[in-house]
Amino acid sequence: MANKEDALLEELTQQEYKYGFTTDIESDLAPKGLNEDIIRLISSKKEEPEWMLEFRLKAFEKWKKMEEPKWAHVNFPKVDFQDAHYYAALKPKVELDSLDEVDPELLKTFEKLGISIDEQKKLTGVAVDIVMDSVSVKTTFSDKLFELGIIFCSFTEAIKKHPDLIKRYMGSVVPMTDNFYATLNSAVFTDGSFCYIPKGVRCPMELSTYFRINEANTGQFERTLVIADEGSYVSYLEGCTAPMRDENQMHAAVVELVAMKDAEIKYSTIQNWYPGDKNGKGGIYNFVTKRGICHESAKISWTQVETGSAVTWKYPSCILKGDNSVGEFYSVAVTNHHQQADTGTKMHHIGKNTKSIIISKGISAGKSNNSYRGLVKINKGATNARNFSQCDSLLMGNDCGAHTFPYIEVKNKSSKVEHEATTSKIGEDQIFYCNQRGIDTEQAVSLIVNGYTKEVLKQLPMEFAVEAQKLLEISLEGSVG
Amino acid sequence: MLKITDLKAKVEDKVILRGINLEVKLGEIHAIMGPNGSGKSTLASVLAGKDSYEAEGTVEFLGQDLLDLDPEERAALGVFLAFQYPVEIPGVSNMNFLKTAINSIRKQKGQDPMVAKEFLARVKEKSALVELDAALNSRSVNEGFSGGEKKRNEIFQMAMLEPKLGILDETDSGLDIDALRIVANGVNTLKNEDNAFIIITHYQRLLDYIIPDFVHVLYNGKIIKSGDKELAKELEAKGYDWLKEEAEAV
Ligand SMILES: Nc1ncnc2c1ncn2[C@@H]1O[C@H](COP(=O)(O)OP(=O)(O)O)[C@@H](O)[C@H]1O
Ligand SMILES: [Mg+2]
Repeated sequence: MANKEDALLEELTQQEYKYGFTTDIESDLAPKGLNEDIIRLISSKKEEPEWMLEFRLKAFEKWKKMEEPKWAHVNFPKVDFQDAHYYAALKPKVELDSLDEVDPELLKTFEKLGISIDEQKKLTGVAVDIVMDSVSVKTTFSDKLFELGIIFCSFTEAIKKHPDLIKRYMGSVVPMTDNFYATLNSAVFTDGSFCYIPKGVRCPMELSTYFRINEANTGQFERTLVIADEGSYVSYLEGCTAPMRDENQMHAAVVELVAMKDAEIKYSTIQNWYPGDKNGKGGIYNFVTKRGICHESAKISWTQVETGSAVTWKYPSCILKGDNSVGEFYSVAVTNHHQQADTGTKMHHIGKNTKSIIISKGISAGKSNNSYRGLVKINKGATNARNFSQCDSLLMGNDCGAHTFPYIEVKNKSSKVEHEATTSKIGEDQIFYCNQRGIDTEQAVSLIVNGYTKEVLKQLPMEFAVEAQKLLEISLEGSVG
Repeated sequence: MLKITDLKAKVEDKVILRGINLEVKLGEIHAIMGPNGSGKSTLASVLAGKDSYEAEGTVEFLGQDLLDLDPEERAALGVFLAFQYPVEIPGVSNMNFLKTAINSIRKQKGQDPMVAKEFLARVKEKSALVELDAALNSRSVNEGFSGGEKKRNEIFQMAMLEPKLGILDETDSGLDIDALRIVANGVNTLKNEDNAFIIITHYQRLLDYIIPDFVHVLYNGKIIKSGDKELAKELEAKGYDWLKEEAEAV
């Protein structure tokens, strides 16, 4: 399957670039600041229906009265929300004339990841004459999906073409007023992805935003909604391993998953936003709200590999509403230099015989801080609920921090909650043992890290896992020895 | 092939090795004995290149000074240390570990990676040699291995890597008689005219199975006596005290 996708991608990248960027985009930059007018502007530029504008304005009213959460174990200067463009979705990237103008360190990383020259240009904003023709990628994939009744499109398109589904499910899992960042997103989101899998359909390919690439620069306030109807299955991939730069410092995405009876959603993320330089300058603040709801006997599985961003605040969660439903969370979070991550999950058991599993692997290096924060909540009615949590931290060096904040609320006596946590240091002993067998330190670290993260990486689709492995190596380069 | 001259080593400001001289020729087996804390493991670690020790002197090995080389370079030259306390590496299978090791060494020598078929054949042959349960190879390196399994795994790895110089640091400690025989059999099978072994041990027991050409007594960071296998028997009978007195009298 993946090979077919590769071949298709290859074919498409070889094609002549047929559709130019429409020039009017460049002039479409809203003034700085956040107010009702800006929101009206966003909505009108996107030619949204009235109900969508109302949703945004309502969110904005709520947001104005909200405060930024302070409980996370992260520290960063206060964000000035008035000092940003909110119509950045169509903001063109600065175009460079050649790769010579790109940070050589970044190019080295691309090379190691095996990213093609064309792709490198695209990612760094160098003007390219042969680019992936996103319009035809989209149609080729869509044709296949269309036959099965699967909808996979941009959020903007979904608002126009599938308003009933959007009205019904948008905000149903992450309510508009859920938290400061989610509310902000609800007011100003620019685009994102929408996916609907009809009853009984098993989506035959990994759905990936990487292939969709329909809109440039949707990164800042993305919104994703995935609905798997009864008995359906979908595996969804988000992000890519290439380091993503973006001029917008603040990112606040919202992802909602709905798994109907007997449905299964596998949602995999590789997050590699620009983490800032070695001294902690620059870098993206990534505040993400991800949540899924499981109806009867449904299953949602979150897998994430988080290596980027200066500040990460992210808790992909599951509401196990239906009886016999299952929630899973597999996470590797790497922090290096001055990065800070506060990430984890919430498993909310409501239905009977609900099960959840949490496997979290933190790796901290440099002067970074890495926290796991997890809540396992078992409602009164959740008879025979089960949770197993394993939260491990690996430290590299003496200047970094690892913290674990597990919260457990159990209201049903028949339930069983198990929590295990370990903290270890990549030992000199382990490295010396590898060295003595002929393995150099860099390779030893990657061997040890791969071993440590194996349980999580094996949840990823094969190629994604291989890329993730390389990404971990690169992210931790030079942290030991 | 190995010539250690006036080797001294300290950690932080603590002097542990105080001038070791030792020559090992191809085809020889040397036993190093001595009471706890005399510096045996330190000697092994310094030869293998552990960088927490500050070493001076020279260690000539196949025409190079080992002290100038990184531990992985020493491994590629053919130095192997069977650890007194083998290290666990969770999540990394024994097989993957060995494959990585073999191919890293081959790469350093400018050779291509070993083909899978050859690797598997060697695994089969060498694990039979130390009677290592095949299931252990798919488990994480040393994780959950019993004491005896860990030690046999060290010898198995040694057999896989076919070193020029094998250093065994108390591989016999904690082994029952059957395991001891297996380990000894492994060494005796590997031994040929083109390699050498340094066997660090507390007990003469192992030396009933692996016959050393020379026996040295290390005490307080120095070799205070050398002899042949009879010396080991004498130590077994008399303990170390007479040697300590002799050494301190000097
Ligand atoms: N890394 C180290 N730091 C401090 N002291 C050490 C270290 N390694 C060894 N020593 C000390 O050096 C001495 C010799 O230790 P070792 O070589 O392990 O002896 P043996 O193997 O002969 O029992 C002991 O006193 C031990 O405590
Ligand atoms: Mg010792």
